[in-house]
Amino acid sequence: MSKVPADLRYTKSHEWVRSLADGTVEIGITDHAQHALGDLVFVEVPEAGRSVKADEPCAVVESVKAASDVYAPLAGEITAGNPQLAAEPEVVNGDPYGAGWLMRLRPAPGALAAAALLSAAQYQQLLDSEGD
Amino acid sequence: MTAREKVIFEYSRAGRGALDQWPAPVAAAALGDLPAGLRRQRPPLLPEVGELEAVRHFTRLSQLNFSIDTHFYPLGSCTMKYNPKACNQYAMLPEFLARHPLAPESQGQGVLACLYELQEMLQAVSGMEGVALSPMAGAHGEFAGVAMIRAYHRARGDLKRNEIIVPEAAHGTNPATATMCGCVVREIPVTGSGDIDLEALKAVVGPQTAGIMLTNPSTLGVFERSIAAVARIVHEAGGLLYYDGANLNAILGMVRPGDMGFDVIHMNLHKTFSTPHGGGGPGAGAVGVGARLLPFLPVPVVGKAGERYRWLTEADLPQSIGRLSAFMGNTGVLLRAYIYMRMLGREGMRQVGEYATLNANYLLKCLQDAGFDAAYPQRRASHEFIVTLKRQARELNVTAMDFAKRLLDYGFHAPTTYFPLLVPECLLIEPTETETKDTLDAFVAAMVRIQGEAEHEPSRVTSAPHTMPVRRLDDVRAARQLDLTWKPTAQP
Repeated sequence: MSKVPADLRYTKSHEWVRSLADGTVEIGITDHAQHALGDLVFVEVPEAGRSVKADEPCAVVESVKAASDVYAPLAGEITAGNPQLAAEPEVVNGDPYGAGWLMRLRPAPGALAAAALLSAAQYQQLLDSEGD
Repeated sequence: MTAREKVIFEYSRAGRGALDQWPAPVAAAALGDLPAGLRRQRPPLLPEVGELEAVRHFTRLSQLNFSIDTHFYPLGSCTMKYNPKACNQYAMLPEFLARHPLAPESQGQGVLACLYELQEMLQAVSGMEGVALSPMAGAHGEFAGVAMIRAYHRARGDLKRNEIIVPEAAHGTNPATATMCGCVVREIPVTGSGDIDLEALKAVVGPQTAGIMLTNPSTLGVFERSIAAVARIVHEAGGLLYYDGANLNAILGMVRPGDMGFDVIHMNLHKTFSTPHGGGGPGAGAVGVGARLLPFLPVPVVGKAGERYRWLTEADLPQSIGRLSAFMGNTGVLLRAYIYMRMLGREGMRQVGEYATLNANYLLKCLQDAGFDAAYPQRRASHEFIVTLKRQARELNVTAMDFAKRLLDYGFHAPTTYFPLLVPECLLIEPTETETKDTLDAFVAAMVRIQGEAEHEPSRVTSAPHTMPVRRLDDVRAARQLDLTWKPTAQP
């Protein structure tokens, strides 16, 4: 059973979003996603300063099974990509909700409210329906 | 098949080389004014073995091949079918092999006639208006196809169309091709029954749509039933339809992509038309086009005036996307396809599609009867189908990869695993038309035995293979550390 922390919000495409104190958000892939992908061998994160639209592919996670796009859960400007992942992609497998974060983003005005994010309960429901 | 074969350097002993067969040493004077910095300072590290040792080493390596000529190879999405030896035999006629690609047309009327007739046959079987043979692989053909779509829009002054729609069940090369051609990829979902989600399609088409790339039957192993509606929606929005020929084997002689509304198609001649593949080439990704894209075909194309054949070039096709390969692409592969199609004829071609589909449906039914779960149980298989081992993974902790590895011990190449991505713990199984019922039954029996082992002795399955020269490879380390150079641990 995959972990779904209650204090995060989620997307249907298996990203998580954490609101930080400074008004930015931290984004990563869920425990379910890292488990489904298997051992990651390559992670590409966006550079700070890049503007992304909601649902735009903005990072890539690659395992021995597959390469997958990671979609921006909401529009905004990237403030940081996780610099550790280029050399140590396995951190995403080991700690998907902590050290394995992918990017931080400053939401465009109103974007956070407009984003159709799932609560932990809703995301858990989605996983249950997918047979996780 | 249990002995590990050493790297040839491990057989090397100083002074044992077959020196008489070495090239004569080059005198220092003959190096002329080659700068000193570019001259080799030390002799290259070559293995020193006798001729017999070299022969035995490479013969043993060749015996480790797990190939269609030795084993059932149901690798879905790859069509690893048997290639009749005659196709190879005739393509290797010395007159073909020795022909210089720059020889004048007057001395190559035979090979030009073969290629011309191949164009005609592929045109007929795909329902297209024109065919170019020169792309040298599937992805190369895809590139040619999308480049033609772009050229078509550009020629009409419609410069805004830069989006290619790709269903999530598509081959991974499709989005890669679209991106290589400078397009933006828009992915759309499929429904629970494996068809394209038409509402999602309607939502993404517009004046920015260049086209859609599809495989039909799809990678899910089912026929896209709404293809007529898909074609209408995309065409009404001003886009074109690209057919990925990866799964052409299923519909050969039965239904034609041109009749489904496709504007451009690539055909993996090395896959459907009799060239051994899977080792990285050589291949051939011939492209076929409908009337709208005819002017943009890549050159050269073989033309015919009266009884004479000749190369058509940019002078004949001024709007061509240009030349994509040296000369005529991989002519050997093209000749194999020509011979194969000639041997089959129209009726034989139809039987390929029928038997490929029959074998897949028979195998699917047998596996279902034996208790395995089809990913799309309500659908009939095309030439391939998906079994999901989600239940086994959850209940027994034995995965699709474990089953795949254990199949090797039973003498079967594993089916494709974990592709397509949207089906968890999947095996994509494609038996192809050339297998007997006996072979298919033996495969089912092996799957049933592995299921029994998974229930009663799971470690037997999770630690498989037990009879191969190597066990489980560390594919994570292989992907992270790309240096494959063998280095001596100590000089003997």
